[in-house]
Amino acid sequence: MAHYFDIIFRSLFIENLPLSFFLGMCTFLAISKKVKSAVGLGAAVLVLMLITVPINNLLLNKVLKAGALAWAGQPNIDLTFLGLLTYIGIIAAIVQILEMVLDRFIPALYNTLGIFLPLLTVNCAILGGTLFMVERDLAFGESVAYGFGAGGGFFLAVVLLAGIREKLEYADPPAGLRGLGVTFISAGLIALAFMGLAGF
Amino acid sequence: MADRKRDLLLRSIIERNPIALLVLGICSALAVTSQMTTAFVMFICVTLVVAFSSLTISIVRYQIPNTVRIGIQITVIATLVILVDQFLKAFYFDLSKQLSIYVGLIITNCIVMGRAEGFAMSNPPVNSFLDGIGNGLGYGFVLMFVAFIRELFGSGTLFGIEIFQLTTNGGWYERNGFLLLPVSAFFLISLLIWFLRTIDPVQQEKA
Repeated sequence: MAHYFDIIFRSLFIENLPLSFFLGMCTFLAISKKVKSAVGLGAAVLVLMLITVPINNLLLNKVLKAGALAWAGQPNIDLTFLGLLTYIGIIAAIVQILEMVLDRFIPALYNTLGIFLPLLTVNCAILGGTLFMVERDLAFGESVAYGFGAGGGFFLAVVLLAGIREKLEYADPPAGLRGLGVTFISAGLIALAFMGLAGF
Repeated sequence: MADRKRDLLLRSIIERNPIALLVLGICSALAVTSQMTTAFVMFICVTLVVAFSSLTISIVRYQIPNTVRIGIQITVIATLVILVDQFLKAFYFDLSKQLSIYVGLIITNCIVMGRAEGFAMSNPPVNSFLDGIGNGLGYGFVLMFVAFIRELFGSGTLFGIEIFQLTTNGGWYERNGFLLLPVSAFFLISLLIWFLRTIDPVQQEKA
């Protein structure tokens, strides 16, 4: 149990996707002007990560890995080179399905998350989560914990940044720094604060 | 006509820089810039992928049904990225380990998707190819700039060759460890944006 907690804590704070690996930056910077929409985006990422990381994990271990097809009587096949194409396909498909399911059954949630979902197909954080899972060779249970932690980390970071940007509306930075520049600096400062948790 | 082609190639470097103005493709820009070598390899990979994906998509643009165009674009891009990834793994294994997941992440690099969707879908192949190279150059420009500062002042080297002799080797330069931390990239890029927007005020955002 402590092991899973460790994975969650690590991915949530220390190896926070946007703040220490810079994944999902485009969406992170584009949709963090208001706390309300940031919460919607964060939740969408969290849900999606929680689904895609474990599914891609199963796919890797049962289909793609060298010798993984032994259950189908094909122990000599190694399909890992198809990994990238498969993961992105799975992510795109899950985004579509999730969108349809939410629209049909939970319209209230669809209204909050709906506009962000299509964007997330091309969000590096989602694909990055899967690729980190592959690189670290996580088992299925671990991948669920990792998906939760990594998605939660994105949620936390984007809401924090949105909170600061709402206040920055009233600030008066130099003209060239306005908007994007000052957002970068605030994101950097948040990242610096998060590094404290890693023990620097 | 020649002017237009040159313009396609060069406008993305300063005027319409994909990173500084359009805020695209920042993820990898920040992550691989602690050394010049990785930044340079990343720049080459991204340029190749953008250029060839734009070319391919532009060639088949009349055959792509509008409803599934995103899927097709992603498939083309992912295939190119797999090629690049396998090539690096086969011939430059160390580099591919250092770049770790960031090569795979070129698939979701918004510059590539953005050019495919925004330019290649409505322009002829040669122009799209040039536009792709131009955007790769604009991306590479920011990457090399950030990596130059980070590697030179962070570890006293450039492309792994010692420029400032470090105190640990009996030299005079005390390395600035802060620049090796991921955080420094945020500040460097914001300074670069500040600079670009000061020399070209059209890019400034309204208050």
